[in-house]
Amino acid sequence: MRRYVAGRLLQATIVVLLVTTVTFLLVHLAPGDPVSHAFERPGVSEAVRQQWRADFGLDRPIAEQYARWIGNVMRGELGYSVSLRRPVADVVAEVLPRTLLLVGLSLALSFALGIVVAVLQAEQPGGARDRWFGRVLLVLFSVPDFWLALVMLILFTYRLPLFPPSGIVDPVLYDGMSAGARMVDRLRHLVLPVATLTLLSTAAISRQQRSALLEVMPSDWMRTAMAKGLSRRSAVRRHALRNALLPSITLAGLYLPALVSGALIVEKVFSWPGMGLTAAEAITKSDHLLVTALVLVTSVAVALGALLADLASAAADPRIRVR
Amino acid sequence: MTTPLLEIENLHTYFYTDNGVARAVDGVSFSVGVGETVGVVGESGCGKSVTALSILRLVRPPGRIEPGSVMRFEGRDLLGLEEREMQHVRGNRIAMVFQEPMTALNPVFTVGDQIGEVARIHANASKREAWAKAIEMLKLVGIPAPEQRAGEYPHQLSGGMRQRVVIAMALVMNPALIIADEPTTALDVTIQAQILELLADLTRRLGTSVLLITHDLGVVAENCTRVIVMYAGEVVEEASTVDLFARAHHPYTEGLLGAMPRVGGEKDRLATIPGTVPAPTDWPKGCRFRDRCPYSWERCAAEHPPLYQIAGGHTSRCHLADEPERRQHPHPPLAAQRGASAA
Amino acid sequence: MSAEVFAPAKHVRIGAHPALRALARDSRARIALVVLLLIALGAVLAPLIAPYGPEAQLDIARLHNQPPSPAHPFGTDKVSRDVLSRLIFGTRVSLAVGLGSAALAMSIGIAVGIVAGYLGGAVDAVLMRLVDAALSVPRLLVLLLVASLWDRVGIVPLTLLMAGTGWFTVSRLVRAETLALRDREFVLAARALGTPTLRLLVRHVLPNVLAPALVAAALGIANVILLEAALSYLGIGLEEPAASWGTIIQDGADSVTGHWWLTVFPGLAILVTVFACNALADALRDAFDPRQLPRGTTDALFASEA
Repeated sequence: MRRYVAGRLLQATIVVLLVTTVTFLLVHLAPGDPVSHAFERPGVSEAVRQQWRADFGLDRPIAEQYARWIGNVMRGELGYSVSLRRPVADVVAEVLPRTLLLVGLSLALSFALGIVVAVLQAEQPGGARDRWFGRVLLVLFSVPDFWLALVMLILFTYRLPLFPPSGIVDPVLYDGMSAGARMVDRLRHLVLPVATLTLLSTAAISRQQRSALLEVMPSDWMRTAMAKGLSRRSAVRRHALRNALLPSITLAGLYLPALVSGALIVEKVFSWPGMGLTAAEAITKSDHLLVTALVLVTSVAVALGALLADLASAAADPRIRVR
Repeated sequence: MTTPLLEIENLHTYFYTDNGVARAVDGVSFSVGVGETVGVVGESGCGKSVTALSILRLVRPPGRIEPGSVMRFEGRDLLGLEEREMQHVRGNRIAMVFQEPMTALNPVFTVGDQIGEVARIHANASKREAWAKAIEMLKLVGIPAPEQRAGEYPHQLSGGMRQRVVIAMALVMNPALIIADEPTTALDVTIQAQILELLADLTRRLGTSVLLITHDLGVVAENCTRVIVMYAGEVVEEASTVDLFARAHHPYTEGLLGAMPRVGGEKDRLATIPGTVPAPTDWPKGCRFRDRCPYSWERCAAEHPPLYQIAGGHTSRCHLADEPERRQHPHPPLAAQRGASAA
Repeated sequence: MSAEVFAPAKHVRIGAHPALRALARDSRARIALVVLLLIALGAVLAPLIAPYGPEAQLDIARLHNQPPSPAHPFGTDKVSRDVLSRLIFGTRVSLAVGLGSAALAMSIGIAVGIVAGYLGGAVDAVLMRLVDAALSVPRLLVLLLVASLWDRVGIVPLTLLMAGTGWFTVSRLVRAETLALRDREFVLAARALGTPTLRLLVRHVLPNVLAPALVAAALGIANVILLEAALSYLGIGLEEPAASWGTIIQDGADSVTGHWWLTVFPGLAILVTVFACNALADALRDAFDPRQLPRGTTDALFASEA
């Protein structure tokens, strides 16, 4: 088991390194640089611009910039965001938890919801219930992310004003609220983004869980279970599910990048100030350091998440755990 | 005569596949008495496993038990039962022991859990009671340190031990009938003997009837009082064990006996039966064994043989019962001839 | 006698392939194919069926931002272009990008997958680590990043970009299949006969890895269409005045509730097309040998492409 963990950790590290290097290169190929975006004003002389670029180290050869950046990252210094006029580390520290909350909640909910639906489907494969759920899920799987988000936005904030349309807290009233009211306010702002992202993810996750269940159902031990006198339904819920869960956990971890992509769109529609939204804006402003840092953090988070899922699945599998 | 425990009459189990209808079990009838151990012998593909699954109604689509089949157990019509009532029977009154102990056990549950589950299902046992029962059963099947073993997972046990666990699972509710489908085929030879002995011993003590399915005549000789020989979805011979070995009638049975390796026997090559079993989607007309039979004649192609009475309790599906003089004129079976000409 | 006689390639005549027969019977597949055919037809016949040209600005003063009406069933946009016409012409763009990128991604993915699976060892390890790395970055983020290198992208660069970010899952699946095939008898037989590696790979391995690749292609097209729309919504889509479903949405992005027709109709078009592609992919997977494509894992791999 220990060797397994070590091996996976090594893999994850390599992956993160590769990703950040490529991102760094890509970002630096962008025409435009932070200086021109952030400080552009009419009448600025070329000499001043050059000075700014030198100040930010943007005139050095790319290899040197990369080396310096890696060194800084190791030390925890992520640089300065020119578009937001704040240290990158501060920005990341602020937006990371928000996206983590969004993504984490959605993942957990989709997983749970997915299992329920998958089990209901697997009890009678090919039956009416299976096919109906399958169609609904396929539609959810095929709908454009932003479209669903917009529909949710319009339905639940505009047509039926149940929830606030944007932000994480009420911009005007929050400061004056009591602790309890603040909690409620935060929750109200969470509902729609999480619900949207969950709906989008459940489709994919549930389909995978159903497949995993159907894969184990022809196993010999399922036949044994039924020969013992279990009903088909109990056999699926007790025996098949336990087995199918193991790969499902790992594979949910693999789904994280897609979840983050979806979060990006949801953040944009609901103006949820998380990593995705910040990254999108930073890209348009060519804020190299911020973009690279955000992509780095995202990759690390995703790689860690996938690793954790993998390890959890291994820990739950007696065949791996007990030797 | 007392009512038999299990009566199978005219069982037909067909599979409706893309390649046609596979008549896996095509008119099988037999019975098992209380406390009896009956053997069912045949090559793979003869329908014996499907028969076993049919009894417990575990045949899934595209297979189904055809109307006209009758299965009676303890006087009740099994086919007329609701699914819930059938679940009551499975594992409780009739238990099954499968062939591959490694895959028959769920890898993510402990052995104790899986044995105890039977008690939880049928005796409404609490977790603790079920666990205690599991340990008791492990002791019964001769597994040392049962308290410890109960907490282990299937992959931690050897093949022989796993099969003991499977037997333990089958015996929890003290069923009236155990169907053992090739219980030792996947095990080492030395372990095979142990397991069979265990099974025989326990069933004798508990008075359990056993339907022992195997392809190994040696197993049958040691453990069964009566034998049913199956071929191509049908029963081709039925007799007491003694009668079968002393006075086998059907040419297929003769072939099987001739193919048995015998310790201390002559060092000749094992006689094999030329040819292979025909496909269940396409049983030949007339006698299904005729292409491989050294005695067949025109009648065998034209007329499907019924089960003839040879002696008391001995039947055989062969026209030789009607025209025994034909036995004096053996010839190379048609299948062998075909094989020779193709070379 | 040529060596072929002794180690014939192990593929079956297309018409007799059991998978295709199963597919033909699957009602999902039939409906999906019909839908996709209609869409393709619409793309090809666009100039004939669209009431107006895709860039025709009809009457800026009076006809801009009109809601749906008999004259303009899907409304008009802010420079008075007929949305229905743009939608029909948009089919061409979406299909072109979708098919083009899928074809390219399949080629790359199959090539890499076969190489990694067949050669094994260090080559395999390196390639797969690269693929793992690529898969752990959200695709949308990468597309955003690269697309913003230019202010907007043209159709060809977009297709290349989609292909460049879309071949990873295919390569994983093809590699798995190649690994399984590598030790099968007919491959060993061909090698024993001295068949040159390239010929062996093309004649014996390639036909057998097509199954997962085809499924991936169908899903790939679906994903690309979704992504193109997402990029446009985020403001980094195709350059003006190209008519694609995504750009129509983009025009209406700032006034979703007001000019709802600019969002709803392209969205529906996308939904229908993507649904058909996904249904087809499902049917393809069911038709092919389930042992070849263990669905639980492939489902997850495909889902994580998005």
